[in-house]
Amino acid sequence: MELLGHYNYWVFAVALMIGFYAVIARGNLIKKLLGLSIFQSAVFLMYITMDKVEGGTAPIIQPGVPDQIYSNPLPQVLILTAIVVGVSTTALGLAVVVRIKETYGSIEEHEIYEADQPS
Amino acid sequence: MNLTEQLVALQIVVPLLSAPVVALLRPRWLAWAATTAASATAFAIAIAIALGVREGRAFGYQMGSWPAPYGIELAVDPFSAVLLLIITGASTFALLGGRLSVDTQIEQQRQPLFYAAWLLGLAGLAGIAASADAFNIFVFMEISSLASYVLIAGGPDRRALPSVFKYLIMGTVGATFYLIGVGLIYMMTGTLNLADMELRIHEVGDQSPILVAAGFITVGLALKAAVFPLHAWLPNAYTYAPHAVTVFLAACATKVALYILLRFDFVVFQQNLIGHDVKFSYFLMPLAVLAILVASGMAAFERNLKRLLAYSSVAQIGYIMLGASLVNHAGLTASIVHIFNHSLAKGTLFLAVACLAMRLDSLRLDGIAGAARNMPWTMAAFVVGGLSLIGIPGTAGFISKWYLIAAVLGEGPLGFLLVAAIVISSLLAVVYVWRVVETAYFQSPPDGAVPAREAPPEMLILTWTAALLNVYFGFASDLPLSLSSAASALLMGHLP
Repeated sequence: MELLGHYNYWVFAVALMIGFYAVIARGNLIKKLLGLSIFQSAVFLMYITMDKVEGGTAPIIQPGVPDQIYSNPLPQVLILTAIVVGVSTTALGLAVVVRIKETYGSIEEHEIYEADQPS
Repeated sequence: MNLTEQLVALQIVVPLLSAPVVALLRPRWLAWAATTAASATAFAIAIAIALGVREGRAFGYQMGSWPAPYGIELAVDPFSAVLLLIITGASTFALLGGRLSVDTQIEQQRQPLFYAAWLLGLAGLAGIAASADAFNIFVFMEISSLASYVLIAGGPDRRALPSVFKYLIMGTVGATFYLIGVGLIYMMTGTLNLADMELRIHEVGDQSPILVAAGFITVGLALKAAVFPLHAWLPNAYTYAPHAVTVFLAACATKVALYILLRFDFVVFQQNLIGHDVKFSYFLMPLAVLAILVASGMAAFERNLKRLLAYSSVAQIGYIMLGASLVNHAGLTASIVHIFNHSLAKGTLFLAVACLAMRLDSLRLDGIAGAARNMPWTMAAFVVGGLSLIGIPGTAGFISKWYLIAAVLGEGPLGFLLVAAIVISSLLAVVYVWRVVETAYFQSPPDGAVPAREAPPEMLILTWTAALLNVYFGFASDLPLSLSSAASALLMGHLP
């Protein structure tokens, strides 16, 4: 059952590769950014998965509950930061795409490439 | 509570907190002055730290007084001291020498925002060098990367935009790979503090996740550092960035990624993973040799001056990786000295390019034909930087090439092949520097061109200061050498 027990990690690996594939294979800049977001979110999932302790609750110490099990809060805090980083990257990427559209009139990679070739 | 203890934190805090203030400052010269003041303060702090570190003093800071390994720790050792010197120095030189260049390239009302992004980039790069916490390094890396995307996109040429997009995609993929690696290590060791990580990896029973982490971190950071063949983002990003930004980023941005790469691979992995030194060598040495040969060859055929120098940067990163991939004290010393000396040489060259760009319309080689007749001082500084890049005795570049060749020769038969690669690449460097010199000195200016004037004096003074530093460190190489040697001893740790 170990294979199924690691099911979150499988989702992580598959989502990571889907995102990475989109980044590499798609010529549309928006689709590339979408791929990048999936790619980053997969990593967030990995962090969140590793902090989960079976039967664990929120890390709040309660009076009268001596050996309480709680999940590790640190990865969640880290990922909160990483999400902010991811949002800023996506926002900046979209801003660049808007300016590319304004100056080139296209968001297709090959059309932008061709527009800059000396004719 | 004295000031010396706070220096490491101030190194990051001064530029970080100046950034929002600068964004609000008007008129633009005030924004420039405040940025330069913050950068110069950071430079002064870096010099104070470097001198202190050389005397063997330790600089550390516990953020919020939370003790490491639970709190976030800043720590400066000789290796990070070298990096801090380069980062803050490059930023200060680029700001002082680049004011007029920025004036011509960036719209006036946007300049305060441009300078704010500059300070954020500086704070991020300095933060990477000073931090002793793996996740903190990731955050600083993203701060500096986001800022440098903004800075590069400020270039007036529209081709800056697609190059920034490419850099953004590749940079983010690299940083995310690093994040995966750090996550896997945290999973196995439960710590993010680098020093603590080194100790706890010993206790890990199953080493396969650590091995995977080593792969992710090495590849991710190699992408950020533009190690061949992951350098595709670099030439265009350097070419179309505003000239002042190119001076700043070319001198330090990729080196900072190399710094974390070396720090992780040597301190955290080498001493714990069995056979890691051999894998590290076998993986990186061929790439380093390819970078040295192929990128130098590309530079020799390139017709755009800035892209020519960018390809040369890829080759120089190859030299740095070659020294490191020997995995011994001499090789590592050579590569850290080369980090320092190459920053000096490339900084000088790009400052000279910024001077040329003030007076000439095109930076293609045919555009600078005959430039030395009208701009003798600029071109003379370019020649000094070029000589340092080639590694002519009497310049800083010679010192690092000398140490690198000495280290490589210690490798026996393989060493002779590597020396051959270094010599061929140096000859190619002679070729590409000579092509620029030949065009500027011996060809006549294009017909009908208005004779250019010499660059503005304030830019020339800075360019020449940088050029003379190349000569100074070619003779008095004690400071970079002693720091590099100490850094290398530290990285090698208890390795043979």
